[in-house]
Amino acid sequence: MATVSAPLRAARRRRSWTGWGFIGPFMAVFALVFLAPIGYSVYLSLFRDQLIGGNHYVGLANYRQALQDAQFWESLTRVSLFLLIQVPIMLFLALLVALALDSGRLYGRDFFRIAIFLPYAVPAVVATLMWGFMYGTRFGLVGNINDAFGISLPDPLSPDLVLAAIGNIVTWEFVGYNMLIFYSALRVIPHSMYEAAEIDGAGQLRVITAIKLPAIRGALVIATIFSIIGTFQLFNEPAILQNLAPNAITTDYTPNILTYSLSFSGQQHNYAATVAIIMGLLTMVVAYVVQLRGMRKDA
Amino acid sequence: MSTRVRPLARGLGLACALALAVTACGGSDDGGSGGGSPDDVQAALEQGGKITVWAWEPTLESVVADFEEKYPNVQVDLVNAGTANDQYTALQNAISAGSGVPDVAQIEYYALGQFAIADSIADLSSMGASDLEGTFSPGPWNSVHAGGEGIYGLPMDSGPMALFYNKTVFDEYGVEVPTTWDEYVTAARELHEADPDVYIGADIGDAGFTTSMIWQAGGHPYTVDGTSVGIDFTDEGSTRFAETWQQLVSEGLLSDVAGWTDAWYQGLADGTIATLPTGAWMPANFESGVPGAAGDWRVAPLPQWEEGGHASAENGGSSLAIPEASGNKELAYAFIEYADAGEGVQTRLAEGAFPATTADLSSEEFLNTEFDYFGGQQANQIFAESAQNVVEGWSYLPYQVYANSIFNDTVGQAYVSDTTLAEGLADWQQKSRDYGQEQGFTLTD
Repeated sequence: MATVSAPLRAARRRRSWTGWGFIGPFMAVFALVFLAPIGYSVYLSLFRDQLIGGNHYVGLANYRQALQDAQFWESLTRVSLFLLIQVPIMLFLALLVALALDSGRLYGRDFFRIAIFLPYAVPAVVATLMWGFMYGTRFGLVGNINDAFGISLPDPLSPDLVLAAIGNIVTWEFVGYNMLIFYSALRVIPHSMYEAAEIDGAGQLRVITAIKLPAIRGALVIATIFSIIGTFQLFNEPAILQNLAPNAITTDYTPNILTYSLSFSGQQHNYAATVAIIMGLLTMVVAYVVQLRGMRKDA
Repeated sequence: MSTRVRPLARGLGLACALALAVTACGGSDDGGSGGGSPDDVQAALEQGGKITVWAWEPTLESVVADFEEKYPNVQVDLVNAGTANDQYTALQNAISAGSGVPDVAQIEYYALGQFAIADSIADLSSMGASDLEGTFSPGPWNSVHAGGEGIYGLPMDSGPMALFYNKTVFDEYGVEVPTTWDEYVTAARELHEADPDVYIGADIGDAGFTTSMIWQAGGHPYTVDGTSVGIDFTDEGSTRFAETWQQLVSEGLLSDVAGWTDAWYQGLADGTIATLPTGAWMPANFESGVPGAAGDWRVAPLPQWEEGGHASAENGGSSLAIPEASGNKELAYAFIEYADAGEGVQTRLAEGAFPATTADLSSEEFLNTEFDYFGGQQANQIFAESAQNVVEGWSYLPYQVYANSIFNDTVGQAYVSDTTLAEGLADWQQKSRDYGQEQGFTLTD
């Protein structure tokens, strides 16, 4: 018996070590760059470091404060509004372009595909600087139009319009990216399905609603989740425009800008970590709900 | 308070900083230890080495070049890490992270307190700074003590205020140069009526400017005694400023161009921004940023709140400080003493900087300097007189950098909505008090 069980034990042990060997490098990096920062943020969020009085443990006080913080809710409401309006517009445009490219009836398909995708290759900071210049009512494009036609367009960087102006920049940046997701999903639909539809006498519109859209539902869900995460993390565009319109874009304009101001203007690192964790959890919940819904429809 | 803001660099900085925010903000203070003795400074200079200087003051480029020529084994890396608040954010960031901290940083007087109270910058007394008593004019010398015993920086320049005005524009429309703020409002109306493109000034809400105006008006909104802080924007000086400036804001007499942007420089160049009430450090920036308008601009004494008055205030003005985390404080001190109290001062004066050194402020050569940019005007006489008439007793908050960062959230709203300046100031007061309370200061009324 002993001669049988010894190699067995050895084999079992060797098997388990081999597994760790494969997963080890990944787990090490994962723990270092992913779990450790999150753990450290959670740790930070339980303390409060004051200019006078130093650092001390405060339990969940930061969380209580954040949930009652009008600034936090205001910024969250703002990105939620952005999410409800900008994301559907952007995804609809992306879908429209993807369907047009896929229809095979477009001249210069490759040119359009690359041209519409190109803005995504422009860094967000550069894109925002460029748009910020165009929005200028004095020396920018808006100003030039006003001068040329003797009209007075509303200032895109005024407090009432600046959110829409940011929405326009983000749409310009990301239509191409989402279009590519949809387009590649459309390309893998087997051609036999279209042939079958044609034999059944289905028109183009019918093909879209009955074949194409159901087939790319997975891609639609993914793009929506990416957009939700991107919206909740909105930072670059408003942060750059803040130089041009400091009164319109406040230091609590989006949750990320609030976190940034708390941390780097106010040196409230602990409270900033708290807000970041709450936002992370919220984003996870919303993204998960969308995924669940998307998958259920899929079934 | 000078040279151009670099939005691209700032944006990238913001993005990187955010990425670091979660992981790299827990650095600890090691407590202030100061540097070595003056002998150590001399030894460091002989030994040589490399230091990094973060500053946005344009005249420092020549100072660095001269310094490197005089001490060939010293290498000075001059970095523009942003202007004012942008740079403080980057500096705070580096100090928290414990890496990438420069050896010397330009810090404006109003911001020194925030770095000193956190022991982020070194006390320079032992390295020789305490021997410099009397070298600098009293205002800046007071400021570098940051309300305590230590000396946290050497004054680099000072900013007694004056009114820069575009003479060509005033002459063209036959408008008198204002001597009181009431006349300033009248001139604003006349200019804007004569040409709707012309504004008396550009202002979309600037914390430094607003506090300086209140300072000149005799207001004392901030009272600081150690860790006990009072904030009150309802005193006479503050109210006076708010009421006068409200007229300009309500009547749309101020250009809504943000300061230090391309549009702002263009406005200064093409005459659509007719005046600029600001600190005496401005001429160097005019020469570098608005070269096209050379000869158009002149300097006048700051308009007064009382007819026939002579009150003035400081606006901006910077010191060079040494972060506690610097690896070579002795060499860093050798550089800042050269730049602020040594030969560097003359280099900087030649390029239009405004001194904080008593000897230079009263020298004939300085007072009689003719500015080609201002049509040969001996502008330093106006600045020097302003420096003597700065209203005494002003103090900033020990967390003024934070307070200024929320200025546009509060007072700035008066420039873009129905909110009045007085309401905006009340809001600023409340939010600044809340922050002070949270940070453990004792708030008094």
